[in-house]
Amino acid sequence: MAPLLEVRDLRTYFHTQDGIVKAVDGVSFYVNRGETLGIVGESGCGKSVTSLSIMRLIPTPPGKIAGGQILFDGEDLLQASEEEMRNIRGNRIAMIFQDPMTSLNPVLTIGRQITESLELHLKLTKKEARDRAVELLDMVGIPSASKRLDNYPHQFSGGMRQRVMIAMALSCNPELLIADEPTTALDVTIQAQILELINRLREELGTAVILITHDLGVVAGMTDRVTVMYAGKVVEEGPTSEIFANPRMPYTIGLLRSIPRLDEERGRRLTPIRGLPPNLIDLPPICPFSPRCDYAREECLASAPALRSVGQYHRAACHFDITIDTPVPQQVTSDVAA
Amino acid sequence: MATLAQSSSEQLIEVKDLRMHFPVTRGIIFQRRVGTVKAVDGVSFTIKRGETLGLVGESGCGKSTTGRAILQLYRPTSGQVIFQGTDLTKLRGNDLRHMRRRVQMIFQDPYASLNPRMTVGDIIAEPIRVHKLREGRAVRERVEELLHLVGLNPAFANRYPHEFSGGQRQRIGIARALAVEPDFVVCDEPVSALDVSIQAQVVNLLEELQDKLGLTYLFIAHDLSVVNHISDRVAVMYLGKVVELAEGPKLYSMPLHPYTQALLSAVPIPDPKVEQQRRRIILEGDVPSPLNPPSGCHFHTRCPIAIQKCREEEPPFVDYGNGHFAACWRARESATLMPEVARKQAEAITARIAADIGRVKSITHEQDR
Repeated sequence: MAPLLEVRDLRTYFHTQDGIVKAVDGVSFYVNRGETLGIVGESGCGKSVTSLSIMRLIPTPPGKIAGGQILFDGEDLLQASEEEMRNIRGNRIAMIFQDPMTSLNPVLTIGRQITESLELHLKLTKKEARDRAVELLDMVGIPSASKRLDNYPHQFSGGMRQRVMIAMALSCNPELLIADEPTTALDVTIQAQILELINRLREELGTAVILITHDLGVVAGMTDRVTVMYAGKVVEEGPTSEIFANPRMPYTIGLLRSIPRLDEERGRRLTPIRGLPPNLIDLPPICPFSPRCDYAREECLASAPALRSVGQYHRAACHFDITIDTPVPQQVTSDVAA
Repeated sequence: MATLAQSSSEQLIEVKDLRMHFPVTRGIIFQRRVGTVKAVDGVSFTIKRGETLGLVGESGCGKSTTGRAILQLYRPTSGQVIFQGTDLTKLRGNDLRHMRRRVQMIFQDPYASLNPRMTVGDIIAEPIRVHKLREGRAVRERVEELLHLVGLNPAFANRYPHEFSGGQRQRIGIARALAVEPDFVVCDEPVSALDVSIQAQVVNLLEELQDKLGLTYLFIAHDLSVVNHISDRVAVMYLGKVVELAEGPKLYSMPLHPYTQALLSAVPIPDPKVEQQRRRIILEGDVPSPLNPPSGCHFHTRCPIAIQKCREEEPPFVDYGNGHFAACWRARESATLMPEVARKQAEAITARIAADIGRVKSITHEQDR
């Protein structure tokens, strides 16, 4: 069966005064129906730009989708007209944004904001849309839903606003839900509530989910497969269990070594990744991670490694067979962050 | 004098029943007081020399206010902060300024806490000049030494903050705090604004500096994994009060307070195998407003095992053995009760999924017909 969404060689560039920023540079991945894909990476790695590209929400100019295909249910979204896109956005593909404080309209009631898409996409009458909105708010766990419909966003707490966002996203039973850092702005007990909610709804509605996050813990608990991004490229992808048990790209290995774990042994030292992520303007044709990589060799500076198969369904962009057990070669370590 | 020196080598700082209340007023000219936000409401703990005490809690629980009230950036409503035998809350003017040399702070936001119009060198030199620790050329030398200490190139002294990344700025903030050779540093969410790979760099730097300079930290953060990693002991705050305090491993292995248990269970662990077997305790609702906190135990509105007593009487903060403090009426039973709660929650969720799927199916069947 063809995947629900397949992104092929996506390139999204931003034209700035300093040059062309290749925010997304040849990214490919797919999501099957009912599956959860995690996209992991640090700020600036292009994970949010990828999701905005799928929704065709890249501000143009300065941004531009320079190439590639985004096949949604067999149809290339990059070829779709603006009207066709409007029909897909919010209806078949929905998105939850990071900041529940700013992504709701402060001057409209919650009810109006939910019913808008219901009336538009599902052609419901005002009354039907309102009933459905109550049902949705109830489904995402907002108490006394019918009363809260007439409230404004400022009358809700952060966690409650994120629930409203989820209710809005799910209002038209989308086939794909893109959640861009859905819990980053929330406290951990509220994060647990929201993740549990997304999990429950995913099971109930059979929605495919793309979960974009920098939190490896969230990815571990929520996703079936993971795509790791670095400097606008996919550097590793595979089933979640495989990526965590046997990471093969030094960047993924570095990330796992650098985060403290709640269940870790006492006195463990974190091994940070040295240096900083590269500037995305005029990236030289080398492995983008090589300046920070402990295992870098001359070959890494000769060409950028392509994704290659390192196991069943598991691919990594590294010239060498490095695992988490590969000893770090001795080298001059400089304390100075240049 | 000898006794004082002895006690100070044991305890560097002692916070006794610290309260920080903010008035809420209404009216423009005649301001009526209409309420009080009890941001910090009776917090007590001690920190030993060379120790790191972690302070965790969710936003609005008063952890940052506690840090600021200790440093007298806010003057506490009541309570004492005894630093090496001196009560900081009683100090005024010059005495306070002198004491500030000994206690410093690292701020959360590396973008907002550095003056964009000053060079890095001037930012770090300012406290040295204010406290007259060095003069003339020696100031410059000290700045370069500090930059080197925090892992930055000493030649960066002439640059401006905007030229640096978040992690580098946080290093500058650390260098500024260390410029006056403090004994005690309050780190207020020092890594929260940083990317994961950079977080570890700053956490390691703070640990190295502690070893090198014998610093004592109060480490405030909302990320339990980071706090657990860096701290010797951890205090958990909820709505202006410390609800549990223990050594890190003990708090993690046998938490006594239901809130701590829920908090720990909510932290995702980056290991799919572990995650699959864990059961989360999901707390209902949000943290109540500190303007009008619940009666009795502040946590009872969200506590799954609350009893009548919890609603009426505030539980005392007592030692349950070996310095493991908790404020809960059911602290002894919670370890057995809470897993049961988690199990029931999981069952309820599964039941709800089944029910909802059944409902959806019946609707679609009707439509088909």
